Amino acid sequence: MPQAKIVLKNCGIIDPKDINTYRTKDGFKALDKARGMTAAGVINEIKTSGLRGRGGAGFPCGVKWEGARNSPGDEKYVICNADEGEVGTFKDRYIIQNDPFSLVEGLAIAGYTVGARQGYIYLRAEYSYLLGLLRGAIDQAQEAGYLDGFNIAIRLGAGAYICGEESALMESIEGKRGESRYRPPFPTVAGLWQKPTTINNVETLMNVAQIVLNGGGWYAQMGTERSKGTKVFSVSGDVARPGVYEMVLGSPLRELVEGLAGAKDIKMIQIGGATGRIIPYDMIDTPLAFESYLGAGAITVYNKSRDVLDIVGRTMEFLAEESCGKCTPCRQGMEWMVEVLGRFHRGEGLARDIGYMEVLADTMALSSLCGLGQAAPFAVVDTLKYFRSDYEKGISGK
Amino acid sequence: MSKKDATKKTFDNILLTLEETQEKVGYLPAEFMVELADSLDVPVSDVYGVASFYSFLATRPPGRNVIRICKSLPCHLKDGQTIIDTIEKEIGVKPGRTTPDGRFSFELTNCIGLCDGAPAMLINHNVHVDLTPGKIASILDKYK
Repeated sequence: MPQAKIVLKNCGIIDPKDINTYRTKDGFKALDKARGMTAAGVINEIKTSGLRGRGGAGFPCGVKWEGARNSPGDEKYVICNADEGEVGTFKDRYIIQNDPFSLVEGLAIAGYTVGARQGYIYLRAEYSYLLGLLRGAIDQAQEAGYLDGFNIAIRLGAGAYICGEESALMESIEGKRGESRYRPPFPTVAGLWQKPTTINNVETLMNVAQIVLNGGGWYAQMGTERSKGTKVFSVSGDVARPGVYEMVLGSPLRELVEGLAGAKDIKMIQIGGATGRIIPYDMIDTPLAFESYLGAGAITVYNKSRDVLDIVGRTMEFLAEESCGKCTPCRQGMEWMVEVLGRFHRGEGLARDIGYMEVLADTMALSSLCGLGQAAPFAVVDTLKYFRSDYEKGISGK
Repeated sequence: MSKKDATKKTFDNILLTLEETQEKVGYLPAEFMVELADSLDVPVSDVYGVASFYSFLATRPPGRNVIRICKSLPCHLKDGQTIIDTIEKEIGVKPGRTTPDGRFSFELTNCIGLCDGAPAMLINHNVHVDLTPGKIASILDKYK
């Protein structure tokens, strides 16, 4: 399946500083069209499109919007999650740098549909240099009258991976430590300041205007049964051409990493960053879709010279550092994983610890409060499955 | 549930207040945090808890320029360690430290989303990508 440009269609075409160049590319036509429709009508198009959350969790966007729309209360919020902190992800940076207007339009359509007068864009502190561009896009849209009755505020993060998790992000906007919340209640019922709230990834919102303009049926023609449309991938690591690539969902991984990014001598690929899955080279014909592997689309390629235990150890160190510390399985589990992996890496591993790691991974997956802890052991689980001999070589005395 | 409206809600927003203060003062002095806690009628630990949670908030004065070099895997694969070592040699302090003349703070950071230009770093709000040991001296030279 080919490359296709929906999300990135304006990137490199328009001037991200000038709203007029966006207008010549059908800019804000979708917002006008949406406002001429009922909220239920917009939700119906989004549902028909099959659009799922691009931040990694893949929750159906239309269902999320409908939930917030139907929740009682006259004060509601829409949030754009621009806190991409997953290791190896940079697609949202590229999107904002090249086309901040589509994002503003998508968020405004979300606001109209959900019934929110206030929207937030939560931008990671590491992207503070995008602040001017994003603010400029909002201001120009405001001056042109596109945001009447809808206000967008940017909130800058302060350096915390966990704030990309939706409940931690809301805590952070409220000015608190970015610790995950217990659910239920879900954000669509009680989110920001306990009001009905939708949170969508940058890339998810980038699809919205196109769906409203062209119809949900048009969008649903692309992709697989449960993964419609395109996905933007951030490819890095041992590749000749690292960068951002948009492909129709269901495209084979091989086409992306070998064809487009020019990877050679691949040993394994991490899909979805630190909390993503690791697969060996012989699975490279896997289709990229929610049904198989996707995450937020971070693709990190490792060639044959790389040490599996070093990669996994560094992945666990990252997560141990970024765990918010609220729930015990994640906070303590990560510490233990780092310690034990260190022992295997130094050739001091104990044979019985392999079994313990598997038990702990299950415990963390089942009992952690949020996606970070639940997905944290994936790198260990996957490499124990596909590269078990690397662990066995790390057992003391071998 | 709070009945205050959207504009008032930011008034007692601890993180926003800390971010604004750091932007103005450069860091978060202890006296300021005590004062803020008093004015909000919350324990000082509530304020310090927020300040210490976020890696971009500083409770001690940083250098005039803050170097944040990425230590995550995509940069590590592109020999990021050599760049870290080069900077250390160039400015004479280890990661986590500030130079005695206050010119640079040197921090290792997790993924900064510049993996297509790895190895990469931020100095203050500026991006520096595709680093090589040979480029470091002239980059640092721009920051006084």
